[in-house]
Amino acid sequence: MNRPPIAWKLYIAAFYLFLFAPLLVVAIFAFNASPFPSPPWRGWTLEWFIGNGSVFGKPGVLVDPIWLDSIGNSLKVAVPVALLAVLIGTVNAWVLERAEFPGKSVVAMMMLWPLVIPGVILGISILAFFSRVANGLEEALQTDLDPLRPGLPLVILGQLSFILTIATLIIAARLRKFDRALEEAAFDLGASRAHVLRTVTLPFLRPALIGAGLVALLMSFENFNTTLMLVGSEPPLPITMYGQMREGATPAINAVSLLLMLGVGGIASLFALTSKAQA
Amino acid sequence: MKPAQRLTLFLLLAPALIWLGLLIVLPHVEILILSLSERVGPRVYRFGLGNYLEFFTEPLYWRTFARTAIMSILVTALTLVLAFPIALYIARVAQGRVKAMLLLLCLLPFWVSELVRTLGWMILLRETGLISFLLQSTGLASQPVELLYNDGAVILGLVYGGLLFMIVPLANALESLEPSVVEAGYDLGGSRWTVLRRIVIPHAMPGIVAGSIIVFMLTVGNFATPVLLGGKNGLWFTEQIYAQFITRFNWPQGAAFGMLLLVLSSVIVWAGLRLSGQGLGTTLRQA
Repeated sequence: MNRPPIAWKLYIAAFYLFLFAPLLVVAIFAFNASPFPSPPWRGWTLEWFIGNGSVFGKPGVLVDPIWLDSIGNSLKVAVPVALLAVLIGTVNAWVLERAEFPGKSVVAMMMLWPLVIPGVILGISILAFFSRVANGLEEALQTDLDPLRPGLPLVILGQLSFILTIATLIIAARLRKFDRALEEAAFDLGASRAHVLRTVTLPFLRPALIGAGLVALLMSFENFNTTLMLVGSEPPLPITMYGQMREGATPAINAVSLLLMLGVGGIASLFALTSKAQA
Repeated sequence: MKPAQRLTLFLLLAPALIWLGLLIVLPHVEILILSLSERVGPRVYRFGLGNYLEFFTEPLYWRTFARTAIMSILVTALTLVLAFPIALYIARVAQGRVKAMLLLLCLLPFWVSELVRTLGWMILLRETGLISFLLQSTGLASQPVELLYNDGAVILGLVYGGLLFMIVPLANALESLEPSVVEAGYDLGGSRWTVLRRIVIPHAMPGIVAGSIIVFMLTVGNFATPVLLGGKNGLWFTEQIYAQFITRFNWPQGAAFGMLLLVLSSVIVWAGLRLSGQGLGTTLRQA
């Protein structure tokens, strides 16, 4: 297989064109001076990013409260999800790699489950379960329990249900490579358990903690299936995008997509850097 | 175990048990129970299989279900066929920087939101879209061509979304194939095709199974791609679940649909593992 046939190379080239065509189209039409994200080309404009609506009747992304609020809602979900995923993921990784107890293999297998459950089902099951809990508790306590009704807190729980698996796996993989002799040396030198954790173990885990946090942030920001079932009156970004795509959107949606791509590119390269530091 | 050790272990296990209990196990018990409660009057429910019977007696429901299953298998097979030459090239032909580059270029589009990728296909395929425009301006079509809102568009979008999850496990599996084994195959008089069929494909089997299972699960559970690219012709089963839960507020019916989708996805995964003689643990590790 030293000289690949020319047809194979042509197929590879066509494949990469196919892979990038939709993304390029989205990016380019963000700059089209037309009220619709479609040809013909009517010249370059930045209206769909910073315009105030005087030219096309609809404002650009960075001015329009609909888009700004959605981005804000996404952040309100993604930041807690990422922090909780890293925190709980670290404890879970410890359980997987260090603890010995009967039934450990069952717990380890259950932690993988969320990855094989469709996101829509995670969404409806959490929606139904927490509604029952809220109904029961409201009856008993005679108060309103809004956080258990569809809304951002429930979206956070829904996304955590599967993002925790991914954070746990990333951190556990790093913990497995840790040389226990380093900890023992620190203990021998008279360090306390907390001191060892802070000065030896956690610094070693740092790249994985940052990496897991970034991946969690990204997955939360882009999650659609689970979020759709749990969302209340404050839609995160993917829900707003979906709504606009069904109605027929202005190129503002291309502009928000381009910003999202740039953000994702930034986070992905940060992640690549941290995992390079890990290797 | 000393009591102090026991307490530490319990504290460390607590977050995992709360997570798996409150967010996974109990919610699934809840939809199982919900799916088995029939509505007999306004706000009156009793235990029964009515929601499942409704699924089998209403053709729209079971046809959508069967259609989702068959199209997902088709999408998985297509993704496998399209991805195999790419994975083979990345794993066996490309070297050094080109190899790293090709793999990175594969990963990039999949870091971008599913909705952005779908938006791209909509701009390309719709009646006022880029492909229709190019066909008209080159004179190949005399009027706008609608390429969106049909099964072809849905399959295209789903295959596109699954490619990465096929290429990575395939390339990983092919990576470990010894070049000397392939050469031995040629030396013994095997043609390109024979070597591929008798040596390369069997060696890639763990990757093929892992990739196919992941792509199938993602496809069956997809919502946005069939709805946006298929329009009202999309008819995907997740859409029925959404409609029962959110639009019609018939939770027991939606819960029954959810259980059926869970069973479908588990059965196909199990059958795939059995047919190929692979284990779930090794398969997930492969991915």
